Amino acid sequence: MLKKIPFWFAYVFLYVPILVVVVMSVNAGDSPYSWSGFGLGWYAELAHDQEIRTGLVNTLIVAAGSTAIATVLGTMLAVGLARHTRSKVLDAIATLPVILPDIVMAIGLLAFYSLIQLTLGLYSVLLAHAVFGTAAVAAVVRTRLTSADPALEEASRDLGANGLTTFLRITLPTLAPGIVAGALLAFTLSVDEFVIAFFTAGPQSPTLPIVIYSMVRFGVTPEINALATVLLAVTFTAILAVQRLTRLTERR
Amino acid sequence: MTSLLTITDVRRSFGDVTALDGVSLDIREGEFFALLGPSGCGKTTLLRILAGFESPDAGTVTLGADDLTAIPAHRRPVNLMFQSYALFPHLSVEKNVAYGLEREKLGRAEIRERVGEVLDRVGLAGAAKRRPHQLSGGQRQRVALARAIVKRPRLLLLDEPLSALDRKVRAEMQLWLKQLQHEVGITFVVVTHDQEEAMSMADRIAVLNHGRVEQVDTPVALYGAPRTHFVADFIGGNNFFAGTAVPGGLLDGTVLPGLPSVPDTIAEGDAAVLAVRPEQIRIGTGLDDAVLRGTVLDVSFYGGTSRFAVRVADRATPIQVQRQGAPGFVPDQEVDLSWSEAEAVLIQPAASG
Repeated sequence: MLKKIPFWFAYVFLYVPILVVVVMSVNAGDSPYSWSGFGLGWYAELAHDQEIRTGLVNTLIVAAGSTAIATVLGTMLAVGLARHTRSKVLDAIATLPVILPDIVMAIGLLAFYSLIQLTLGLYSVLLAHAVFGTAAVAAVVRTRLTSADPALEEASRDLGANGLTTFLRITLPTLAPGIVAGALLAFTLSVDEFVIAFFTAGPQSPTLPIVIYSMVRFGVTPEINALATVLLAVTFTAILAVQRLTRLTERR
Repeated sequence: MTSLLTITDVRRSFGDVTALDGVSLDIREGEFFALLGPSGCGKTTLLRILAGFESPDAGTVTLGADDLTAIPAHRRPVNLMFQSYALFPHLSVEKNVAYGLEREKLGRAEIRERVGEVLDRVGLAGAAKRRPHQLSGGQRQRVALARAIVKRPRLLLLDEPLSALDRKVRAEMQLWLKQLQHEVGITFVVVTHDQEEAMSMADRIAVLNHGRVEQVDTPVALYGAPRTHFVADFIGGNNFFAGTAVPGGLLDGTVLPGLPSVPDTIAEGDAAVLAVRPEQIRIGTGLDDAVLRGTVLDVSFYGGTSRFAVRVADRATPIQVQRQGAPGFVPDQEVDLSWSEAEAVLIQPAASG
């Protein structure tokens, strides 16, 4: 029992902040810091908040749109990397935008947008998110590709399928778990992304993290806790789904 | 028999590596043909050229009257059974087999009938709904084979068909493959590095080495009358003696009996090598026609046969001898060795390099 103490200490350390948010979101009182009984009032408040609803809709549009673009481009990138290059450097650079500091991407994108004189709006965030999303999808699909038998595509051609049929009937289905996992990852990354969105969003189209940030500047209300809990639930579900799918990928 | 596939002076290199260095072959209709050679001899490259996954740098390949190299892989009447089997993991056994027929845009009823028929033939009718990962190695191979023959190709290519199976299943599949080939009447070309596999199944074998064809012959002729040093060495065991060709044999201090390989490429007085199979050498004491005399170095008994290593004075490598039944001789015993002219072959020495 004693041996397990360091483990549990680290685990609790990891989850204390999240636990506090979840607990305080069901606080009945007005203060975000002191407990005054159970109540779901802040969730009701949240549901009626117009600003938050706009932010949420914006975020969903950005996440869905950028995920769609990222899934197609990322899969193309991964398949192309496997087929047309043997360069380890190209391979590494392709997936770099996922781990690159957000601030670097944000400044770069902002500079790029002003260079081509693009007016900032929701689509500028969407495109920005599609960039790192593409890299994320490519990274996941690439892993899946390395475990696939390259003879499968040749077998398909040998049996009379042309390039397109082979891609649709053989390549895509074998990559499907990887593609879905990559898409979910891109979606979660987009939903809670703040830095890049802050730099590239137009003033009329804040995403949810930006809305939260501006709310917090005027003092934290327990409504924020409720919102954070909802976000947490969404992200958790997506991450668990990704984990499950990647585990399935490894098994076969 | 009419010839089906004609390969003429095919060349292919990858960078500085020459995989095929002018290969010409003629494969007949209905034949079970083997491409045999060590790894890196070019046999896999040739197979991939036939399947359409590689193209030759030079040379022609014709199937019947058609130029095969002009047809893309997916339109060739040629199918390949992959070494890894390459079964589609997301499709059931019957869907795997039906895949090629669906590409031909055949009707559902016909596809179902032909898939059922071929699964019956390979003995997997009961496993039609299973996925590839639920099958044993031997079953997977049967599916791979069914998937290829259901297309009724004019030519079926098999890449190392038995290499992934364990010993017992191997022997079974070897026999079965040969039977199947007779039944379906498709021309089979099998690529292998395993001489036993090639010898036991093929009607004719082409031995490849360094991208060249060394010899094309029936298994018996290949074994009995190898034409090159490489073939004599690669197929079965052999004893080699180097010397000068003389009438009736090879001069090497004494005259060792032997006949030149056919066609005759060796003239009297040429440097030559004499190859004698271990089982062609008689071993005994006081033989009248003794060719060599030596001392038994080692005896091993294999049940049906016994093998001896015999040291002969002035020869670096001991001579390998094999006879039926129990050994009958013991180490350090003085023995006579003999063979007749017709049992040994005179061949050209191995080209340097």
